[in-house]
Amino acid sequence: MNPTQVDQVFQYPFQGQELLAKQNRWRRLLLEQSDSFEPKRIAILGGSTTFNIRNLLELFLLRKGFKPTFYESGYNRYFEEAVFEMEGLKAFQPDVVYIHTTSHNLLYPPLPDDSAECVEEKLNQELGRYRRIWQSLQDHFPCAIIQNNFELPLNRVLGNLDSSAVQGMSRFILRLNLAMGDAVRSMPRLYINDIHYLASLTGLERWHDSRLWYSFKYALSFDAMPILANNLASIVSALYGKTQKALVVDLDNTMWGGVIGDDGPSGIEIGKENPRAEAFSDLQLYVKNLHRRGIVLAVSSKNEEMIAREGFERPESVLKLTDFQSFKANWEPKPDNLVKIAQELNLGLDSLVFLDDNPAEREIVRARLPMVKVPPLGDSVEEFIGHLDKGGWFEPVFLSADDLERNRYYHENRSREELKNSTSTIGDFLASLQMTAEICAFSPPSLQRITQLINKTNQFNLTTRRCNLAEVESMMNGKEYITLCGKLCDKFGDNGLITVLAGKITGDTVEIILWLMSCRVLQRGVEDAMMDRLVEEARARGIRNIVGVYLPTAKNGMVKEHYLKMGFTRMEETGDEMAKWIFRIPESYSPRNRFIKISAVSSQKKD
Amino acid sequence: MDDQMMLNKIQDIFRDVFDKSDLVISRETNSDQIEEWDSLNHINLVVAIEKQFKIKFTLAELQPLKNVGEMMDVMQKKLS
Repeated sequence: MNPTQVDQVFQYPFQGQELLAKQNRWRRLLLEQSDSFEPKRIAILGGSTTFNIRNLLELFLLRKGFKPTFYESGYNRYFEEAVFEMEGLKAFQPDVVYIHTTSHNLLYPPLPDDSAECVEEKLNQELGRYRRIWQSLQDHFPCAIIQNNFELPLNRVLGNLDSSAVQGMSRFILRLNLAMGDAVRSMPRLYINDIHYLASLTGLERWHDSRLWYSFKYALSFDAMPILANNLASIVSALYGKTQKALVVDLDNTMWGGVIGDDGPSGIEIGKENPRAEAFSDLQLYVKNLHRRGIVLAVSSKNEEMIAREGFERPESVLKLTDFQSFKANWEPKPDNLVKIAQELNLGLDSLVFLDDNPAEREIVRARLPMVKVPPLGDSVEEFIGHLDKGGWFEPVFLSADDLERNRYYHENRSREELKNSTSTIGDFLASLQMTAEICAFSPPSLQRITQLINKTNQFNLTTRRCNLAEVESMMNGKEYITLCGKLCDKFGDNGLITVLAGKITGDTVEIILWLMSCRVLQRGVEDAMMDRLVEEARARGIRNIVGVYLPTAKNGMVKEHYLKMGFTRMEETGDEMAKWIFRIPESYSPRNRFIKISAVSSQKKD
Repeated sequence: MDDQMMLNKIQDIFRDVFDKSDLVISRETNSDQIEEWDSLNHINLVVAIEKQFKIKFTLAELQPLKNVGEMMDVMQKKLS
């Protein structure tokens, strides 16, 4: 089974029938493809039959590198098992609870002769039930909660008034969905699975299958099930940081129509002058909006660089040269360029999505770099956005201020690089940056960003331990933990929250279970400042020893000697490269940090 | 459609759904003889057959049938 054959089945548009009819065969094939799946415990609380949904979700998760274990509630017992009868869930200990409810589960649907007050009451009752479910799950389990919103039903007894009259079903459902969306803001561990969008995208007549509902209590059709499962798998991937971070684009006939080397910058199709030009402009706008929400952009094109650049200097071009962090227009093989781009951006190859209209180029990249995501783009430019969008490569679990500001960081980094080149020693450079850091314990406003950083940092990461928000929250609240996170500013700007450290205390020893740092601030001495603070916090608790462990991965070789640099002594070797280190806190500890001014020092002792 | 040809195609679908490449079925095969043939796998079989033969069963025809032969009779009527 080559990657292209697997892609054809699992990428948009999905071959749902193939997956459903041959579930077992696909499960076997996917299991053979890797030996390093990340286990996840997923509970499905269903308001309708979940048999195929579980099976398909398993396939889509296996494809994304997870090996799920499932718990399924009794049929239509989603409310009871979340609120009263929690024995099953308690024994299972889910990482994720998915509540698969649909419009079929509405207990208080509005009726055409209801009063406005009555409809309002029904809306509150309906929402109240879900709020109870979420609250109960949040109180009892350290899990992420994924909740379906509601799809529109197939028929409208009030016709067009369904969308405007207070008794209208469409209107009722839209209001429910709006309220569910708003609930996310007060329930940080709640994530919406937007089946309202999925059903609209699929078409309600194709989404619903009333025969399946009456006979087997499936709330959606066989065509719709893979779409649902793929969407869920995207959310789960995003929860655990397995999403892509950069988009690498080809240029000729991908970002504009025509070949710039032949047609010249004025001859390429972009703008509003003809239908194809308009389609390319819309694709550029989509890519620009990805960039606006923090996706890094790069170019890999077979072109002369000077000429290729001119394409983005056309006034009609939505994308500008400054939107790209790496620009490789040359005659090298594309896989070589992708490797260089990944290095330049400090990202793993598995963080890249590669967009190219040429099937041969896509095939070469797939074959040589199977970890790069390569969407099949369809046959013509008007299909490109759909393929890029439906893959779910860039699914965010939330938009952090950090995501939105990432592009600014990259620009500031250019200024830093220039300064670095103009100063003679690394010490002079660090001093001239005028850095200040704020280091403090985990706190509620930072939890999401901390979780995000834990899940996406690969290089400067000693343990590569992934945690969900609930686990991070329990570290924040637990007295047996020392938690630290650091923000760094310098004269070029604010880098935001860029480092996380957590240690677990046993007796007079604290063991570092998390120590990681964004690659944006490597070699700035932030780790020294963190070490100083860790020692200080440990001392305040009467701790004598700090133990650190390095768990090697394919990507974190740069921190192999980290504990040696921090003054630790090697304790033992366990396995090939994994090593345990100890630091016995001396009577007089001399701080390591030299270049960063620390602001807002506050003790974090918990009582 | 020729009965044997239909049976062969259905047999392929059975082999896929139950993931048994050597499964052999006849008109007399029923759900007692195949352990995994429960109601949830039954619907997976039926929908796979619908897609393969480009037919659609009505609600009444979706209910579990006595054996493969009975299902084939319903299909033959739809295809003729």
